[in-house]
Amino acid sequence: MDVAIEVAGLVKRYGDLTALDGVDLQVPRGTVLGLLGPNGAGKTTIVRILTTLLQPDAGRATIDGVDVLANPREVRKRLGLSGQYAAVDEYLTGFENLDMIGRLYHLGRRRSRERARELLAQFSLTDAGDRPTRTYSGGMRRRLDLAGALVAAPPVLFLDEPTTGLDPRSRTEMWGVIQRLVADGTTLLLTTQYLEEADVLADDIVVIDHGRAIARGTSDQLKAQIGGERLELTVSDAGRLGGAVDLVTPLGVAPPVADEHRRSLTMPVTGGVKALRQALDLLEAAGLEVDDAGVRRPTLDDVFLTLTGSTTRDDEAEQTEEVGAA
Amino acid sequence: MTTVDVVSDAAVVAKRNLIKIKRVPDLLVFTTLSPIMFVLLFAYVFGGAIDPSGGGAAYREFLIAGIFAQTVVFGATNTGAGLADDVKKGIVDRFRSLPMAPSAVLTGRTLSDVVNNVIVLVVMSITGLIVGWRIHTGPLEALWGFVLLLIFAYAISWIMAWLGLLIPSPEVINNASFIVIFPLTFVANTFVPLDTLPGPLRVFAEWNPVSSVTQAARELFGNPSPNPSAAVSTAWSLEHAQLYTLIWSVAVVAVFAPLAAAQYRRAASR
Repeated sequence: MDVAIEVAGLVKRYGDLTALDGVDLQVPRGTVLGLLGPNGAGKTTIVRILTTLLQPDAGRATIDGVDVLANPREVRKRLGLSGQYAAVDEYLTGFENLDMIGRLYHLGRRRSRERARELLAQFSLTDAGDRPTRTYSGGMRRRLDLAGALVAAPPVLFLDEPTTGLDPRSRTEMWGVIQRLVADGTTLLLTTQYLEEADVLADDIVVIDHGRAIARGTSDQLKAQIGGERLELTVSDAGRLGGAVDLVTPLGVAPPVADEHRRSLTMPVTGGVKALRQALDLLEAAGLEVDDAGVRRPTLDDVFLTLTGSTTRDDEAEQTEEVGAA
Repeated sequence: MTTVDVVSDAAVVAKRNLIKIKRVPDLLVFTTLSPIMFVLLFAYVFGGAIDPSGGGAAYREFLIAGIFAQTVVFGATNTGAGLADDVKKGIVDRFRSLPMAPSAVLTGRTLSDVVNNVIVLVVMSITGLIVGWRIHTGPLEALWGFVLLLIFAYAISWIMAWLGLLIPSPEVINNASFIVIFPLTFVANTFVPLDTLPGPLRVFAEWNPVSSVTQAARELFGNPSPNPSAAVSTAWSLEHAQLYTLIWSVAVVAVFAPLAAAQYRRAASR
């Protein structure tokens, strides 16, 4: 197998806090790996180490066959990085930003200019190209930042939460841009907090929590592991919620979780719509009135609930701690 | 990494910083407005008291070199604030992920601040000429006076570069440097002759490099003290003001350039 990114036993500590606790990754050339996890899980730390910005305390990594720790300068020629916040200079125009990056990749004056214009066109920024970027919208800045990562047409690309903070339309646009890149054979490592994003973009997903890889596989494999879709029902009478739980339990792959306050229950099911119809039939036959019913796809919360027994929200205290230490 | 790359990378970064002057001219307006204000305040509020016989004319000639020195020292804060801002906004991360010369971020920044200072000195000189300041020496001596001011400012820039990376918050940098720079530029011969200062303060002022660069500029522009009868300082630093300024500038760069470079690697790799 031709491996573009290889990581073994990566460890990073900040004082007493272990940000990475022995992470192994392998990304075959031309594929997309999604690192999925809540804030503070260690995703950004992995990206920073692989892009030579940070020294790990233990472990090794190679990009395109080049050792990241032994030969960082050679590695930098082979990678493009687009970070969590758009690192574009707000006083420079879009063109000037890209031209500068081209010069710093040593493409030469002429080639840098040509490349800047090509990328502006590719990212639908031609009209805005000669305006200072502080006039850009958030989505435009992200696109420009991504264009910056592509100036030298690197074989390996790192995108750290490329759509965090974008509105839904800009996010969908960004996904389209990333999908076209990957179709051209670029190897991509992507971090995200959104299961849906990993689902759309990644060939393989590694779930990161507390600096460890706690699950890996394709999106379908992960979903099978956590029980596929969720059936959600809200009954009119809180007093009859217990009865509803008893009635629908045989339909689920795991027992339902009831929420008295919201008069609702949630249960993992397979064959969602069919399970929904059966549940509604059973409840109607028993004379139980239903206010709301639906089937939804599992969220990151569901993944974490199943894999770690806690939701992502429980990690927020630690997230602040890690950001503080970093 | 070839020498050509090191130089051209620094030039690319310097150009990027200079574009900001073009895009935000207000910045330049405000960096030059406060020294112009200082010229007018000192010349017309203190001038008459310090130099009553000449109605302040001799004091105005004396004052200008001091204001030049103060202005370029204050201007060095931009170096620190600019770097702190780049770290904060993730631009340094982008630079560090590129196969460029790592030194270029710092040398490019300090070089663009030299250009900034040239513009500021031009504006200040015109203001000086308007209030009656004149150069009484030859063009070469005057030019060397300006170059010495720029060399001195370049050295201060490296201190500020180090500080800017140590404390990566542009606001804190501005406030912190203010409390250091204000005494440094006031406990000196910038605005008053040194003979009136009490003992220990006077020794500090005599060896303060701001005094020596001011003294050197006055010599090279031919601007004497407004009070010729006063006792002249015999401190080595002021008798050899040009040499002392050069030694001090070289020493500062030798110490703070490596410190800033080390801090750059550390600041960005946290």
